[in-house]
Amino acid sequence: MMRRLALVLAALLLPGTAFAAQPAECLVAEQQLEHTFPLPQVARAIAAKKLGVLVVGAGSSTLPGPNGAQLAYPARLQQALTEALPGVAVKVATDVKAHRTAAEMVKTLKAALTATKPALMIWQTGTVDAMQAIDPDQFSDTLEQGITIARTAGADVILVNSQYSPRTESMIALGTYADDMRWVAVQHEVQLFNRFEIMRLWGDLGTFNYTGAKNKLNMAARVHACIGWLLADLVSEAVKLGEPQTEGGR
Amino acid sequence: MAETPLERKPVQSNPHMAPVSTERDLRLDLFRGLALWLIFLDHIPSNAVSWITIRNYGFSDATEIFVFISGYTAAFVYGRAMDQHGFIVAGARVLKRAWQIYVAHVFLFAVYLAEIAYVVHSFDNPLYTEEMGMRNFLANPDVTIIQALLLKFKPVNMDVLPLYIVLLAWFPPVLWLLRRAPSTALIASATFYALTWWFGWNIPAWPRGVWIFNPFAWQFLFVFGAWCALGGAQRLSRWINSPVVITLAVFYLTFAFSIAMTWYFPRLASFVPKFVSETIYPIDKINLDVLRILHFLSLAVITVWFVPRSWPALKSRVFWPAIVCGQHSLETFCLGVFLAFAGHFVFTEVSNRLPMHVAVSVAGIAIMVAAAALVSWYKGIERRGPRPPAAMPGYAGGGT
Repeated sequence: MMRRLALVLAALLLPGTAFAAQPAECLVAEQQLEHTFPLPQVARAIAAKKLGVLVVGAGSSTLPGPNGAQLAYPARLQQALTEALPGVAVKVATDVKAHRTAAEMVKTLKAALTATKPALMIWQTGTVDAMQAIDPDQFSDTLEQGITIARTAGADVILVNSQYSPRTESMIALGTYADDMRWVAVQHEVQLFNRFEIMRLWGDLGTFNYTGAKNKLNMAARVHACIGWLLADLVSEAVKLGEPQTEGGR
Repeated sequence: MAETPLERKPVQSNPHMAPVSTERDLRLDLFRGLALWLIFLDHIPSNAVSWITIRNYGFSDATEIFVFISGYTAAFVYGRAMDQHGFIVAGARVLKRAWQIYVAHVFLFAVYLAEIAYVVHSFDNPLYTEEMGMRNFLANPDVTIIQALLLKFKPVNMDVLPLYIVLLAWFPPVLWLLRRAPSTALIASATFYALTWWFGWNIPAWPRGVWIFNPFAWQFLFVFGAWCALGGAQRLSRWINSPVVITLAVFYLTFAFSIAMTWYFPRLASFVPKFVSETIYPIDKINLDVLRILHFLSLAVITVWFVPRSWPALKSRVFWPAIVCGQHSLETFCLGVFLAFAGHFVFTEVSNRLPMHVAVSVAGIAIMVAAAALVSWYKGIERRGPRPPAAMPGYAGGGT
């Protein structure tokens, strides 16, 4: 796709743009992390020095093994946010269970939001719906429901789409679901974290070898670490959108 | 995908039929060939080269071109057969073609199974515990394979041929009506399309969901193509060439292009008024969204304006590779699906870097051209073969 070419070029030409603090291997082009919509609740929470985040997701929001949860991106997000926001108490809670469709996650969403009262809900979904060939219209409706529930509960939303998984691409038709997530995000002014494109860019650049890596758990942990970093960057940067103009001119 | 115009022209055709459509419209072959290349490029998952394909710059993609031209050529070829041999013979030939496509689909499914069985077997990665659920795919081969034979289970990117089978299977009565009352047939098709949207009709798929290309909706483009072939294009020509329509088409294509850019550069999305995004999304590919039809029609209007039928370059060597692919579209299409599987296999097992994407894409198109040239050569030999063409007069146009 055109964007991918632009990204590869940008990533090659503009090394290190805006990401001084994070590992070099997480590098992606800047427009990959465009802050399209402000996160007012997050801005308020940071101003109050107490930021709660809830990650709602399925199997790709965790890793297998005894240390899986610590190596997965929600835990990495907490670390990165804590570093990026000195003086703010950051707490990332998770509601992650494998094999859940968006509709199944929405069922327990209210309870999870009430229990954790986050300023931000990060919602990873799409893969299981694609695997089970859920009706795309129904999938869109479910996304809208979830966003409404989160906003009613006083949380901003970031949507996270499917992973880039080269081996299963001819088995799982992600296309329609990825499109739906993109469109729902634009329509409802919700930030989309395009995990698929970011991981694909890493594949193109050779940053990560998803199919042939020798130590697969190590590779998986590094991928999750990068996703945690980039999400933290997205959160801390997006807040600036909501700040008054005078602070932008540094 | 239907037999190409004139290619199966009966040797002993009626003398009064001959002048009706003498010159083959090479534009049909050219654009169908190009569509086949684009479909191939789009079908290799995550192919970096697919950034050149039209789906990235607007609402419609190569599928619309392919379905429209297939309807056009089907009407052209079988319409003449209906003239010469009547409804029954022409209808039988259409169904025979549908059967050939069914066999091709089953063959491709076997290739797909082989690839999946291999990939699943060697697939073990902590990053993809969720995706590894696809291992269950082969857990119930009895059900899976039967559902595939019933066209209810269709693997990724194997949706076009089943659509085509259904479109051809009900084409004989449609063609009959198109030839008697073209406007009525077109209106009936449009009404069916509208009712499909209104009531949400579709064919169920397995294990759940619906057909990715809803035949009840996509039939409209096919019938519209057929209608154009049977004189509709002449009726429309005054409109197609009017400056107003061309201006509207340019405006619409620009609009679609701007919207498409917001998909790749999210920051641009803030320039799109809210009522616009609320109106256009979701752009429904399953049910052939009106936005997609309009985009295809705009492309067609501009193309016809730039590329007249008598354009001399159509006969040059430059366009020959695409034209020969378009002339043998079923073979080329099936090979393209097969090559897309193979290309994906190379990406996952050998290298997934950019140079490999380019190499696989170029090599795939070269193989498609070579194969189409081979088929063309072979069909030429068969036509000139030892068997006297007059031996089977009734089937001269339907031979394999």
